[in-house]
Amino acid sequence: MMATPAVDIRGITKRFDDVVAVDAIDMHIADGEFFAMLGPSGCGKTTTLRMIAGLEFPTEGSLRIFGEEVGTLPPNKRPVNTVFQSYALFPHMNVLDNVAFGLRMNGVNRATARQRASDMIALVRLAGMENRRPAQMSGGQQQRVALARALVNEPKVLLLDEPLGALDLKLRQDMQLELKELQRRLGISFVFVTHDQEEALTMSDRIAVMNNGQLLQVGTPEDIYERPANRFVADFIGTTNLLDATIVDTTTVCLSNGTRVAARSSYSAGTAVAICLRPERARVVDGNDSHESRITGVVETVTYIGNARVYTIRCDWMHLRVREDNRPGTAPRATGDEVTVTWDIDAVTVVAE
Amino acid sequence: MTNTDTSPDDTDQPPPVAAATPAFEAAAIRAASRRGLFMALPAYVYLVIFFAVPFAIVVVYSFATRTRTGGTSLSGWNLNSYRRLGEQIVRDVLWRSLGLAILTTIICLVVAYPFAYYMTIVSATTRNVMLILVMIPFWTNFLVRNYAWRLLLSSGGPLSSVTETIGLGETDLLFTKTAVVIGLVYSFLPFMILPLYASIERIDHSLIEASRDLYASGSQTFRRVVLPLSMPGVIAGSILVFVPSLGAYVTPDILGGGKEVLLGSYIVTQFGTARNFPFGASLSVVLMVVMLTATVAYFRQGGRNL
Repeated sequence: MMATPAVDIRGITKRFDDVVAVDAIDMHIADGEFFAMLGPSGCGKTTTLRMIAGLEFPTEGSLRIFGEEVGTLPPNKRPVNTVFQSYALFPHMNVLDNVAFGLRMNGVNRATARQRASDMIALVRLAGMENRRPAQMSGGQQQRVALARALVNEPKVLLLDEPLGALDLKLRQDMQLELKELQRRLGISFVFVTHDQEEALTMSDRIAVMNNGQLLQVGTPEDIYERPANRFVADFIGTTNLLDATIVDTTTVCLSNGTRVAARSSYSAGTAVAICLRPERARVVDGNDSHESRITGVVETVTYIGNARVYTIRCDWMHLRVREDNRPGTAPRATGDEVTVTWDIDAVTVVAE
Repeated sequence: MTNTDTSPDDTDQPPPVAAATPAFEAAAIRAASRRGLFMALPAYVYLVIFFAVPFAIVVVYSFATRTRTGGTSLSGWNLNSYRRLGEQIVRDVLWRSLGLAILTTIICLVVAYPFAYYMTIVSATTRNVMLILVMIPFWTNFLVRNYAWRLLLSSGGPLSSVTETIGLGETDLLFTKTAVVIGLVYSFLPFMILPLYASIERIDHSLIEASRDLYASGSQTFRRVVLPLSMPGVIAGSILVFVPSLGAYVTPDILGGGKEVLLGSYIVTQFGTARNFPFGASLSVVLMVVMLTATVAYFRQGGRNL
């Protein structure tokens, strides 16, 4: 038998008046898992997180935390804590009182609460800042206080609502690793909301991709990237070339310009699909290659990004992006070169609408 | 027509500007402050003529001597009228007024807080209706409003009929301390509601959510988060109610019937029937000092928190 999931969401719907924010989703988050909810703004990921926290109640469906139905239980009665997007640190309290707040509200005596709060402040590397007010700290430091304030309560699930959104790039990358490390050490589930697909891929054990209140795909970063469930996921995760096509048989599709190329799928012949060709999976070869999947075109732009070159190649009906790693021996192409873009049958994925 | 415009091609130098030296900046600040003074001049003139000068006269009178005939002799400066502040009857008046002002402030606070809080959580339409309801009394004459209360509270008035109908017997609140407090609370309630609303409205809602998320109940969240963060509004509103309540004259006179002597009417008596200008003046100075202290405290608080 499977272990009880940390969070078990079944048929959850949330309506605000007549707007459906979350539409009948099912989701299971395992204990000790780093789980990301990813999607563009307004996709329902934050609403889902807030329902787990108890800050919104579902209109329909069942929500269990470690087997206990929590549907309309207020937030203070749930074994979860949240790191808010804006951090929501209490401006009238110093760092120590902010971090000790949850313990005090839980009936822990003052001395113990202070001791545990200081320990947690040290853990997030803010020792010595106990008496500062949030306003006297940098964004990164406030972020750590918010993290300490949630973790000191030893929640069974930690909810994070775009906690890195307000940080600059370098700090964000450092915090990504730090969060991941913290989660591994604590062994509890982290449920992380983000609109940044790279962040989700870097940090998560599994990712749920959402759009328009619907859950499109749940899977490991590899699943999501390599085997996107549909066109939206393929487009949203990473950079990709989506080529409209029609299924011919299980190993061949016909592109919209009539070219037949190799791609595996189980759709019936005649289905309209798109093939997803990642820029790094395609190859640029000289003009007259005899590879079975090929499109000819002209190099329109060359972008040098240090470790690779990204070419935009104009074919007769679309543009393709191809990324070529900067290895010794690769001959750079120049604007105007006539080239052929090729790929292996396993390099592309077929996605339906 | 000659073209005096300088096209961007003619010069790649920015137009010459005065160097931003400290002296230049200081001169700019002085110029800005001169302009500010010029614009504020009418207000300054008005305040000097109608506030500073009369107040100075009151201060001067408070050190003067009352003549036998009830006139005021502007010689032989003394502290006699201040010494009278220690008399039992005067102390009674002061304490009674202070108690009434504090009671009015507390009642206003208790009534206004839930109202102001509610205003922050309802829709914009409801909020506007509530704001208008708060403001309407302001557009009605102060005396008319007080006389209206006189009708409402009198024996045989609407309030009395209601209590009689539900079997509580006749009520006759008019000319009691209760009537005065009711009138004062009614008059000054908007001064409490508006600053409270402004400060509660400014509280980031996610702080309340964070508090609930960190195991605080609704009432703990109110005590630990909402109330402390709305303190600037509590202080501002309290001062705005306390100060006019302390010196109130019209309401205690109309609704209290002048039975219990309060500071406002006591001062009026000194300048009127008692014809003791120096003593009236010293009472006024005491009142002014209390009010100014409260106001300065308010702005100090405002400088830090608002």
